[in-house]
Amino acid sequence: MDNAEELVAEIGRRFLPRVKAKGNAYTVNAADLYYRDLNVLVRALSNNGAEKIEIRNVYGQRYIGTNLDKKIDIEIHGTPGNDLGAFMNGPTMVVYGNAQDCCGNTMNDGLIIIHGHTGDVTGYSMRGGKLFIQDDVGYRVGIHMKEYQDKRPCLIVGGTTGDFLGEYMAGGVMLVLGLNLRQGGKHSARFAGTGMHGGVIYVRGGVSHLGIGAKAADVDGDDMKQIQRLVVEFCYYYGFNPDKIMEEKFTKVIPVSHRPYGKLYAY
Amino acid sequence: MRSYLSPEYIVHRDQERCIRCKVCVNQCTYETHYYDPEDDKIYSRDLNCTNCQRCVVFCPTNAITITKNPNAYKENDNWTQESIIAVKKQAETGGVILTGMGCDKPNFTFWDRLLLNASQVTNPSIDPLREPMEIRTYLGSKPDHLELENREGDVVLVTELAPQLCLETPIMFSAISYGATSLNVHESLAQAATEFGTFFNTGEGGLDPRLYKYGDHTIVQVASGRFGVHPQYLDVGAAIEIKIGQGAKPGIGGHLPGEKVTEDISRTRMIPVGTDALSPAPQHDIYSIEDLWQLIYALKEATSYSKPVSVKIAAVHNSAAIASGMVRAGADIIALDGVRGSTGAAPRVIRDNVGIPIEMAIASVDQRLREEGIRNRASIVAAGGIKSSADIVKAIALGADAVYIATAALVAMGCTVCQNCYTGKCPWGITTTDPWISKRINPKIASKRLVNLLHAWSSEIKEMMGGMGINAIESLCGNRLHLRAVGLTEAECRILGVKMAGD
Amino acid sequence: MDSITRLNCRYGDDKEFAGCSIFGMMNLQGKRFSSKDPIRAISNMHERGNGLGGGFAVYGLYPEHADDYAFHIMYLSREAKRKTDKLLNESFEVVYDEEIPTKKANVRDPPKVWRYFVKPNVKKLSTKAADDYVLEKVMRINTETGKAFVFSSGKNMGVFKGVGFPEDVAEFFCLEEYEGYMWVCHGRFPTNTPGWWGGAHPFNILDWTVVHNGELSSYGINRRYLEMYGYKCTMQTDTEVLAYAFDLLMRRQKMPIDIVSQIVAAPFWDEIDGLEPGEARVLKALRQTYGSLLMNGPFSVVVAHHAEMIGLTDRIKLRPLSAGTRGDFLYLSSEESAIRLVSPTLDRSWNPRGGEPVVGRLETSKVVEVMAK
Repeated sequence: MDNAEELVAEIGRRFLPRVKAKGNAYTVNAADLYYRDLNVLVRALSNNGAEKIEIRNVYGQRYIGTNLDKKIDIEIHGTPGNDLGAFMNGPTMVVYGNAQDCCGNTMNDGLIIIHGHTGDVTGYSMRGGKLFIQDDVGYRVGIHMKEYQDKRPCLIVGGTTGDFLGEYMAGGVMLVLGLNLRQGGKHSARFAGTGMHGGVIYVRGGVSHLGIGAKAADVDGDDMKQIQRLVVEFCYYYGFNPDKIMEEKFTKVIPVSHRPYGKLYAY
Repeated sequence: MRSYLSPEYIVHRDQERCIRCKVCVNQCTYETHYYDPEDDKIYSRDLNCTNCQRCVVFCPTNAITITKNPNAYKENDNWTQESIIAVKKQAETGGVILTGMGCDKPNFTFWDRLLLNASQVTNPSIDPLREPMEIRTYLGSKPDHLELENREGDVVLVTELAPQLCLETPIMFSAISYGATSLNVHESLAQAATEFGTFFNTGEGGLDPRLYKYGDHTIVQVASGRFGVHPQYLDVGAAIEIKIGQGAKPGIGGHLPGEKVTEDISRTRMIPVGTDALSPAPQHDIYSIEDLWQLIYALKEATSYSKPVSVKIAAVHNSAAIASGMVRAGADIIALDGVRGSTGAAPRVIRDNVGIPIEMAIASVDQRLREEGIRNRASIVAAGGIKSSADIVKAIALGADAVYIATAALVAMGCTVCQNCYTGKCPWGITTTDPWISKRINPKIASKRLVNLLHAWSSEIKEMMGGMGINAIESLCGNRLHLRAVGLTEAECRILGVKMAGD
Repeated sequence: MDSITRLNCRYGDDKEFAGCSIFGMMNLQGKRFSSKDPIRAISNMHERGNGLGGGFAVYGLYPEHADDYAFHIMYLSREAKRKTDKLLNESFEVVYDEEIPTKKANVRDPPKVWRYFVKPNVKKLSTKAADDYVLEKVMRINTETGKAFVFSSGKNMGVFKGVGFPEDVAEFFCLEEYEGYMWVCHGRFPTNTPGWWGGAHPFNILDWTVVHNGELSSYGINRRYLEMYGYKCTMQTDTEVLAYAFDLLMRRQKMPIDIVSQIVAAPFWDEIDGLEPGEARVLKALRQTYGSLLMNGPFSVVVAHHAEMIGLTDRIKLRPLSAGTRGDFLYLSSEESAIRLVSPTLDRSWNPRGGEPVVGRLETSKVVEVMAK
């Protein structure tokens, strides 16, 4: 492999058998590799100039992508563990498999694409970057997402969600496509948008139950432009047909006021 | 709806002394005082007065006195003045009664029933003015033993110690969020901590980039709202603190009223201007002990294991078991916040009824960790209404490695504990983010006051230690034999691990 | 009660709380398989435990003694064994007994663990009466000496558990020698000093086994309600209360799992109010009658008894649970990656909704996911 000696110096001899290099792209075999060692290895490769890292045989290793801040491409084959991309700040991660809980936790920047479903607490406190999930997500997704000026996180779900979607949302945009619902079907999530005070959730299909502080509204021209843009981008990564998706009706969930709990307290 | 409530305080103005300078009118942010040009007199709207004493202090002729309204309901130890007023207020508003600062009810302070030892005859006391007296403290995880090696005649340390914080005095500034207070207050705390060689805690509102230069003396907090938490924030701090709860309001989240969310706060917290900044009650990725382990290691991974991670909990019933779990989950520092802890805003019923005194919590956590053989793995920091250096010495004797102070720091800067922080109109400029009012805190002066406080208390600590015949704080930490109790029951003595005076 | 509580938890904590990992694997045709995959899966979730507890329940374990109750009992003293043996001989016909074979492994201070194959020595007992009889004797053994505890008391099944990582406990008990058609496993993260083997999961009564991740904030009242029905809570863990609740509701009161989950993970009142009157009436009555058995707080559990494996989470899904099927196998796990490790491809892979059980049934060879309306 190229610059083998530098690589060995960087990552240590013990990891060598797991790594194959081709120019600035690396393949790592993560079978039976403890998450701390895997993350140290991936970071060392990134520091060594890697532009792309393919990680195979991933079974539950946590925090992949957490300590990376370069605009590097990471491909994950298997089932990454909890906190995938937590606090992440820049990389693009594509997962060929399902992810677990806390994916994109407090994510600051970057792109995560999941070819499957995720567990609960996806995108908790996201503050930037993009997170796309092909199928369903679990409970408490997009809690307390935030935005400021041009730093606006974006979370798109291809399937449907569990309860408590967008609790305390303060900013950012979520789009739930419900591609696995039957025609004209409703999402069954309850308490969506509880305590929302910023941001917007676009829903394809109907919403059955909203939380305190959230209301459903019709989408206007600007909304549809934004939705169109998001759908096209989503479809690009999954090879779906955006026109078919755009045929269904969209609703939006927005805050009733920016102070949903303003009347709760006696001053 | 007509209010049935009378003013809580009455403003008395000695009209002879009053020179109509209108300082009181300008200084009061609640519009209590007003000048009547026709009468050429200054009058007061008693209903607005919060007894913050700003006008009293700044009146050049001492013309103002504030007293409690002598109009009181009939004496009743069950239906106290406060409980009657609370019910009437709730009948008028249907709302939760908010308050600020810490629990003010009697019987929850045990410091005052503990006394310290002094050495005589069999052991000399030490004079700190003439002899060395060491109060430097290191916080962080310590190993059970050290491995040393002999390499070519030199002794070399093999064991790698986990990252540590170095404190020149066992006192740190506790978490006060940016939003509950202004940038000026944060800067004052940061400057004082840097000058004295200790640390201040950002609280849950994030850190304004203008304060990054004080990063080496900053503990950055990660709370449930994750306000201001991004990789640079984590990088800048000397340590990271996961806030699970605080003593003033165990079990519920932070609450910053929309009035206090200005442009600066909006930028740092990334929420819209004017919205209430509500921190969720739990951290939504911590529902079980293994989840805490998961977050602690997520933060350690994100910072390459280079900083201690602290976990702060409110002192509650099973603090000892929880603390044991926290230590086993990888926390380097355990911060315990007792029922007397302060806040910018909390429902009064939670502030005064939920949580336990910090004295009991320190004692039971310290004892439990020792029984499990894991006391070395984490340092204990105690907080919750510590009001004098004697409280600090007693806290350390019970088992804390250091203390956090917040109320005391605010009082040093001018606070008079009037408990109206949540209005955002603090006339002392402390618990407000209004750009105009917060100018009343000048970081140069406020930080000097804080440094003075730290200096005064550190000197007093040294005096008390010297009196006990100790010249190094490690010998005081957890040394319960230097404490005796007065007026405590046997059960209380047992839990504190302290004997009765005379015993 | 005080002496028992102090014995099992020297700190006098209200109860033990533990973070955990859980895993269940069932062959829906009843075909027995080895410990290899269950052990691999539970050890993959290493980060959820801290090495202070691990355990396995195996169904279809003793086909040669299928009609006898198989007791696994741990002893902390010889005196305790002597007393327990006496009790067993008085109340049962002991067909066969021996020390469970073990080998050296990384576990802490192992007690002696014996197995007994017994029949109640009272003639002509119905199945229910025999079960109640055994239940009563088990409660007696657990409370009498304070140094003997029954790990499991069902027919053709057994629990192996202790203080160590699950893979070490498996090694200690030589689990590679056994086969079963259903394996339920647990890894624990307790906070008490190690030593108390009885505190590990799975928790068992008769052939009911529960592994549990979470903490019941309603434990105090759940326990007092169950004590009215003769259950004695000696293990100081919430899991015990879950096992007794399932025994009471499913075995003694003969309720099916979809009703039991509506008791234990009861729907919200505003959901009930919104249902058809007939259904609302039933759910209202359940909640009015069994409110003290509402399990509040985060939990995900795998509950097993012969021919059925049930996965359930609390009604607002505060703990993770993943399900998967492949061919005749049903998998339940705290983390999906553990399932994928032993079965990289799955016919179906999903995360069940809060409060809705996933049930694998032997007789129908089907997996039923009970959906709330």
